[in-house]
Amino acid sequence: MEINATQHPMDKYLRADRIPHIWCPGCGLGIVLNAFLRAIDELKIDLDKLAVVSGIGCTGRIAGYINTDSYHTTHGRAIPFATGLKLANPEMKVVVISGDGDLFAIGGNHFIHAARRNIDITVIGVNNYNYGMTGGQLGPTTPLGARTTTSPYGNIEHPFNLCHVAHAAGAVYVARWTVLHAVRLKNSIKEALQKKGFSFIEVIAACPTTYGRRNKMPDALDEMRFYREHSVIKHGIDPAEANIEIGKEIIVGKFVDIEKPTFNDAVEELKRKVKKK
Amino acid sequence: MERSEIKFWNGSIAVAEGALAAGCRFFAGYPITPASDIAEYMALRLPQEGGVFIQMEDEIASIAALIGASWGGAKAMTSTSGPGFSLMQENVGLAAITETPLVIAEVQRAGPSTGMPTLVGQGDVMQTRWGSHGDYETIVISPSSPQESFDLIIRAFNLAELYRVPVIFLTDECVAHMYERVVVPPKEEIEAVERLKPNVPPEEYMPFKPINDIAPMATAGMGYKVHVTGLTHNEKGYPMTTSPEVQEWMVRHICDKIRRNEYKMRDIEEYRMEDAEIAVVAFGIVGRSAKAAVKMARRHRIKAGLIRLKTIWPFPESYFESLADDIKKFIVAEINYGQVKLEVERSVHGKASVELLPKFGGAVHQPSEIYEKIKEVKNGN
Repeated sequence: MEINATQHPMDKYLRADRIPHIWCPGCGLGIVLNAFLRAIDELKIDLDKLAVVSGIGCTGRIAGYINTDSYHTTHGRAIPFATGLKLANPEMKVVVISGDGDLFAIGGNHFIHAARRNIDITVIGVNNYNYGMTGGQLGPTTPLGARTTTSPYGNIEHPFNLCHVAHAAGAVYVARWTVLHAVRLKNSIKEALQKKGFSFIEVIAACPTTYGRRNKMPDALDEMRFYREHSVIKHGIDPAEANIEIGKEIIVGKFVDIEKPTFNDAVEELKRKVKKK
Repeated sequence: MERSEIKFWNGSIAVAEGALAAGCRFFAGYPITPASDIAEYMALRLPQEGGVFIQMEDEIASIAALIGASWGGAKAMTSTSGPGFSLMQENVGLAAITETPLVIAEVQRAGPSTGMPTLVGQGDVMQTRWGSHGDYETIVISPSSPQESFDLIIRAFNLAELYRVPVIFLTDECVAHMYERVVVPPKEEIEAVERLKPNVPPEEYMPFKPINDIAPMATAGMGYKVHVTGLTHNEKGYPMTTSPEVQEWMVRHICDKIRRNEYKMRDIEEYRMEDAEIAVVAFGIVGRSAKAAVKMARRHRIKAGLIRLKTIWPFPESYFESLADDIKKFIVAEINYGQVKLEVERSVHGKASVELLPKFGGAVHQPSEIYEKIKEVKNGN
């Protein structure tokens, strides 16, 4: 087989004129992007009917690299933007890809309410335990005790368990993977994209530049090795039992997969019922 | 041929019905006094018209949803009051930089902060223009009656679509709650402007390259695969975060498309200005007191006139500048401690005196208060 080194199988889904990307060597975001593109490739999703919405931060840049209608919004507001887009244009498949700080700190309120309403969108939340773009500050998912630039003595805040939050708020699909689980992640994204309602996938991603090097994993491979040695797949487990703590096992898998009427269907139903002839 | 209908509506209903007549099919909002009536009415009416109403978790989410809906292809509106409008400011900037048409109905109450929620104010004039960070322009329209609430909200939507810009419909608690006769013209007589769409193949399309000031807008699902970002971007929509040239081009563009066309957006009611020596400048509910005061002055042979601004921003600078060649005394009556006054003062370039008649306490100026000010200015001659 001839290998053309200037081509990548996923190139057709990228805005080639925007590459190279801005991410650091060893960053997990390339794997997330690749898994997402392979998922839409395998599902043969019509790119004209796909919209990707991001907030701000390293993950927030994903939207700009995908060759589809893509929206890079304000910090924390990707989900309400996506909510408006999906409601105004129901034929679009709308995916939010953003980071832990964007989705769960500044945008946390929007996440829980979109899940509660069961808005028909997929949210891929990339959790690298810190604010990478701004230089490695602590975030809502930074494990207790971890060192960041704003927790120089170790983090004294309790972190969110994102999957537990998503489940408690009403998401119909909840899964967690690390970037080591590239194929399982891709399969999970495929499931989420086919799911009606608010689906959420947490992806734990390496950030050697601003998180790893302050937490005894200065090399991306250290983090990948850690995922390999400490990840345990437990499908169907109560997400409440899947907390993330330093040095402990990382529980991954598909935790929630249920059916529930969506807000979008309810809106359409309402229109049918009260529409003036 | 259908005939006009006569309605008995308050300003809030008139805003909502006018928005529907203009083609608004998406509303996202958050309850706030005194703007909730518009949201409640839209919740009732939008599904009947095949539109979507959603009550969001806060005002930030509301305007973010509007921007999303507008890029989804809908004409979109929210309603709010001062505190909620403050929360929206970051995304007003996003709408401005991404050139997203949308309408914010801002029902002013007395501020600052939580202030006096049930009482009228006009303290948000500067916020509608300068509320978000960086250089941008908005269009701000202000009605004085339920009839104008209906007529001008249609104009607000049309300008938003025409110029790809957030338009703020700056009404107030009094106009919003006041019931009056509203004449609704037959549907076919209402002009609803639709945004310009691209007619070139996707590979040739430049989503932010203006043709006669405005770029055609490809919304989601049209196959143009547009990238939209709040970062400084080039004509293609791609981030250019270190290019001085692109930043200058982009900032000039989003400002100049409004500044250059100010005269097209200008909307001023002049009353008894033909021989006036003293001009009272007012907008919104105060325009009505001011008109009564001018009538009182005229009965006492004082040559006073009224200038009522229906479009506040972009400010009609050149209008005031040339007016100041003939009129040497301006009084600006507004329910705040001096906002439009600053603009009038700036525009007359020292050629005329500009006095502020502020109003505190969450009330409208009595005509007699404005009349007394006219007398005072006249006698100060």
